[in-house]
Amino acid sequence: MSDVAERVKKIVVEHLGVEAAQVKEDAKFIDDLGADSLDTVELVMAFEEEFSIEIPDDAAEKIQTVGDAISFITSNAKS
Amino acid sequence: MFDLSGKAALVTGASGGIGGAIARMLHKQGAIVTLSGTRADALEQLKGTMGERAHVVAAKMDDAADIERLAKEAEAAMGGKLDILVNNAGITRDNISMRMKDEEWEKVLQVNLTGTFRLIRATMRGMMKRRFGRVINITSIVGVTGNPGQANYAAAKAGLIGMSKSLAQELASRNITVNCIAPGFIATPMTDVLTDEQKKGILGRVPADRLGTPEEIAAGVVYLASDEAAYVTGQTLHINGGMAMI
Repeated sequence: MSDVAERVKKIVVEHLGVEAAQVKEDAKFIDDLGADSLDTVELVMAFEEEFSIEIPDDAAEKIQTVGDAISFITSNAKS
Repeated sequence: MFDLSGKAALVTGASGGIGGAIARMLHKQGAIVTLSGTRADALEQLKGTMGERAHVVAAKMDDAADIERLAKEAEAAMGGKLDILVNNAGITRDNISMRMKDEEWEKVLQVNLTGTFRLIRATMRGMMKRRFGRVINITSIVGVTGNPGQANYAAAKAGLIGMSKSLAQELASRNITVNCIAPGFIATPMTDVLTDEQKKGILGRVPADRLGTPEEIAAGVVYLASDEAAYVTGQTLHINGGMAMI
């Protein structure tokens, strides 16, 4: 779990160019971290690659916070 | 200028007069090229004249699954990338509107507009990841001026222009440009069948007083595909000998 959280946060920091301290689990990608709609698509793509999973569009739409991403990946990751 | 060495390009409708010229000119500028279309034998023949850096993936643009497969196979053939997408595939089913059947309308929209959208959507992901893309949609003068007997074709071609402007705005921040080229009357096997009288009628409306060549369209594609055209997006380049000035 903590491993997934760390990897997710690292991707968010790298992709959005935000400070690690800002990337709290309740932080919303768009409202709190300054992502635009394309950024959210790209984050999902990056998560898919990092964790070798497929995130379907309807699930991706529900991933709005860092915590949403961590919990989806934790319950769907193979590795 | 306009060096495309190392760039990977997919051209649909490459077995046609304009598509073939586009593929040849992109290839001549150094690009790796995948030729697509419905006639595999014609595509293989074109590939044979090009030598290395050319691939063939036949596909039907009215088949959603086939379009997905085309995107995947073209990327795989070109070493896992696709930088330049030229949507040139198109069909006509001309008829005056009073007599136009639903299937004539739908088929033209499906291939010319829906198929193009699907292929762009299928290739966009890789372009976004690589932070580079050039999408060039071949529309038509008819999409801007209209043409009697071509309500379906004109609607699809006008649709391409509106779609391209929307995609251009969505993707500009990722260094992906989306533009259209609108040919006027171009000398191809499609226009060869016109009678001298028909040609004379057409030329009466063309200040340049001649048909355009496929190479004159291809040159526009090369420009829009180049690094030099990075700041051009959402535009329609009209290549028509002055037939319409918009």
